[in-house]
Amino acid sequence: MRGVVVAVVVTVAGLVALLSFKTHTSSAERAVASTGNLSPLLPGEHAVIGRAVPTVYGPVQVRVVEQARKIVAVDILQHPAETGMDIQIGQYAFPKLVGETLAAQSARIDTVSGATYTSGGYISSLQSALDGKSAVGKQSAVGKQSALSGGA
Amino acid sequence: MGTVVSFDVPAAAGAGGSLDDAVRWLHWVDRVFSPYRPDSDVSLLAAAEITVDGCAPEVAEVITSCAALRLFSGGYFSAAPDGVFDPSGYVKGWAVERCAEILSRAGSVSHLVNGGGDVQCVGGRSSSGEPWRVGIADPRRPGRLALVVEAADSAVATSGTAERGAHIVNPRAGRPASGLASLTVVGPSLALADAFATAAFAMGPSLARDWTESLDGYHAYAIMPSGDTWQTSGFAAHIAAD
Repeated sequence: MRGVVVAVVVTVAGLVALLSFKTHTSSAERAVASTGNLSPLLPGEHAVIGRAVPTVYGPVQVRVVEQARKIVAVDILQHPAETGMDIQIGQYAFPKLVGETLAAQSARIDTVSGATYTSGGYISSLQSALDGKSAVGKQSAVGKQSALSGGA
Repeated sequence: MGTVVSFDVPAAAGAGGSLDDAVRWLHWVDRVFSPYRPDSDVSLLAAAEITVDGCAPEVAEVITSCAALRLFSGGYFSAAPDGVFDPSGYVKGWAVERCAEILSRAGSVSHLVNGGGDVQCVGGRSSSGEPWRVGIADPRRPGRLALVVEAADSAVATSGTAERGAHIVNPRAGRPASGLASLTVVGPSLALADAFATAAFAMGPSLARDWTESLDGYHAYAIMPSGDTWQTSGFAAHIAAD
């Protein structure tokens, strides 16, 4: 009955370009890191698992943990890990996204203006987290959906 | 590169309702206007394989609007920023604004559509009627917010280099625009706010400040690479107090 579609698309191409690292191959087989250690849910907490979203660099999937209509944790369930750069991104960028998702809670914002390339990943991650959170909070009055549009 | 479009709509617009119409509209816009699709009207037009008469009527509408904006901005907004016909700089804001109109026509008086960071708000928050709160990304600290804008029946568009580097071309000089880290425009129409933000960013800080001050009903906030900021006289009314 959640009526929520959580769509997360994390684009890491900008960060790759920034650090001008090895070019990714376009092979279908990709190394993916899966996080095994998820923090167990405490009483009153509720987890929403986003779908695994394919990106140019491999699938990305997150889990959002909510309590009393606030996001209390975001876990990265899987992220690309084909190259050293992927792993760096996993260690650097995703914690940042998580931190900002939590920070956004205190800013009481509905959305964010000013996304660009890498922050496009941030914003879609943040937006889908906000969508999931708000939809749970305002379930009776508001339905939410994140839709993916656009070309290659 | 795909763009994520996010909706905040009343429940009645969901499953099978006007939200589906809005999403269908976006996919149609992508098929007609995407420069990444070789068979889109825009690609075929750029390659001179068809004429405007052979395109969807919306293509002529977009071309006309782009031409007007080019004149209005003194040439700093262009539908061919790199010399090749590519109206993407106008189409995104226009298409997102049209999405909000689709939802309004279906009866919603409270919704928000965010297309890749460009936001059209209609009414206020459905739960309280208070204005929507739109965070403005801080271009100097990726992932953080510079400020929060309150928007009711308003659009918020931001142009900037941020992490993507210089990607907005100054069409008059034929090279990447520089001098500003980001520029946000708030006003009634997202199509115009987005185009104004793009043009002002291309102008650079000194020209942009005078030009945005002259815009009727549209207000600007700029962040410089140094972290200094400036805003037009009407912008303060949009800044959230807390």
